[in-house]
Amino acid sequence: MSIDTLNAPRGRDTGAPAWMWGAGVGLALVAWVLAYSQLVPFSAWLVSLLPVDPQSRLGSALAFFFYDTPKVILLLTLVVFAMGVVRSYFSPEKTRALLAGKCEGLGNVLAAGLGVLTPFCSCSAVPLFIGFVSAGVPLGVTFSFLIAAPMVNEVALGLLFALVGWPVALTYLAFGLALAIVAGWVIGRLKLEGWLQDWVKEIQVGAGLSLPQGRLSFVDRLKLGLEAVRDIVGRVWIWMIVGIAAGALIHGYVPAELMARIMGADAWWSVPAAVLVGIPMYSNAAGVIPIVEALLDKGAALGTTLAFMMSVIALSLPEMIILRKVLTLRLIAVFLAVVGGGILMVGYLFNLLFS
Amino acid sequence: MRDVKVLGSGCKRCEATQKLISDAAARLGVDVTVEKVTDYAQIAKFGILSTPGVVIDGKVVHAGGVPEVAAVEGWLKA
Repeated sequence: MSIDTLNAPRGRDTGAPAWMWGAGVGLALVAWVLAYSQLVPFSAWLVSLLPVDPQSRLGSALAFFFYDTPKVILLLTLVVFAMGVVRSYFSPEKTRALLAGKCEGLGNVLAAGLGVLTPFCSCSAVPLFIGFVSAGVPLGVTFSFLIAAPMVNEVALGLLFALVGWPVALTYLAFGLALAIVAGWVIGRLKLEGWLQDWVKEIQVGAGLSLPQGRLSFVDRLKLGLEAVRDIVGRVWIWMIVGIAAGALIHGYVPAELMARIMGADAWWSVPAAVLVGIPMYSNAAGVIPIVEALLDKGAALGTTLAFMMSVIALSLPEMIILRKVLTLRLIAVFLAVVGGGILMVGYLFNLLFS
Repeated sequence: MRDVKVLGSGCKRCEATQKLISDAAARLGVDVTVEKVTDYAQIAKFGILSTPGVVIDGKVVHAGGVPEVAAVEGWLKA
């Protein structure tokens, strides 16, 4: 997103009346449904224009690419818009007020749920962490929030739902939340408050700071949804194209038999390998899902594939580096071990359940 | 002389916020110093949860996102 679009006044008090917004959004939804229904003929037509045999490997890779790209763009736009509107009902300040003083257990559950819904960018992870801990949110509960926020990624969830199907999307949601709850609870049990960086322990901020927040009208929320689309789709489209291209290569060129051998349910080592490969890969959810789609399509085991996806999304080196400012290395190691161990367990469990 | 601090780790939004404030001040003819605060300990002391945040004359007026132009002008004129 360019500085210009950032600078553009949001104009809460200017602009079209509410009924025009309603009509505009309604029309956009109709256009969306029409475009979505024409995807298969459109991609078939595009591929038929190319001088390649559609049965060949190249043809099948290209068909995947030309079908998935518009599909993922359409889905991404809708999911991000809907989430932008939903998230306008939440804020880090409200979440903190809800979590402060909550005991562990229930607090972990609440924190994990709010982690999914609260709008929060990873560049704010440090002030948020300090703000939570200093306002009396228990460390374990704070971790449940910080784990759930990237782990259950709303874009990943929406795309999984549409590209792979609702059973996989629901299991991802359930296990992502469960992992955040349990991992936060374990970290809380370990009593690691002493392992924060010294300056963090010294900071005493009251929870008193409250900014005047004007009440948002529904049109304001729609505008926030559009802003989320402009911001997020503008940032992730490149990841998405790369992800779809990788998915297309897998789809066209990787033999199913090879996939079954390296990512099948029988290869016990494939789950830890998938997690390890995923950590340094810092991609956005929008880039991972097309790869997940292609892997599953080729017969990779569900658990192994989900472990890979969760590792890419939730365990990222840049985030570790940001968190290093407030956590000691030992605490980061615990964080990695608990979350990584949880992902491993999810991977093995799913391979067992769904094979 | 108004003393403005922009709190944030140096991400794109923080830079945009800083520019927005400098521009608005120039437009309104208000004399300001705009300082960028990137140190996490400093940011945390202001008690904000999401960045960028804006502090004017020691008081937090905004947190979490690029502020609106109208809001910035309001702070500077107040």
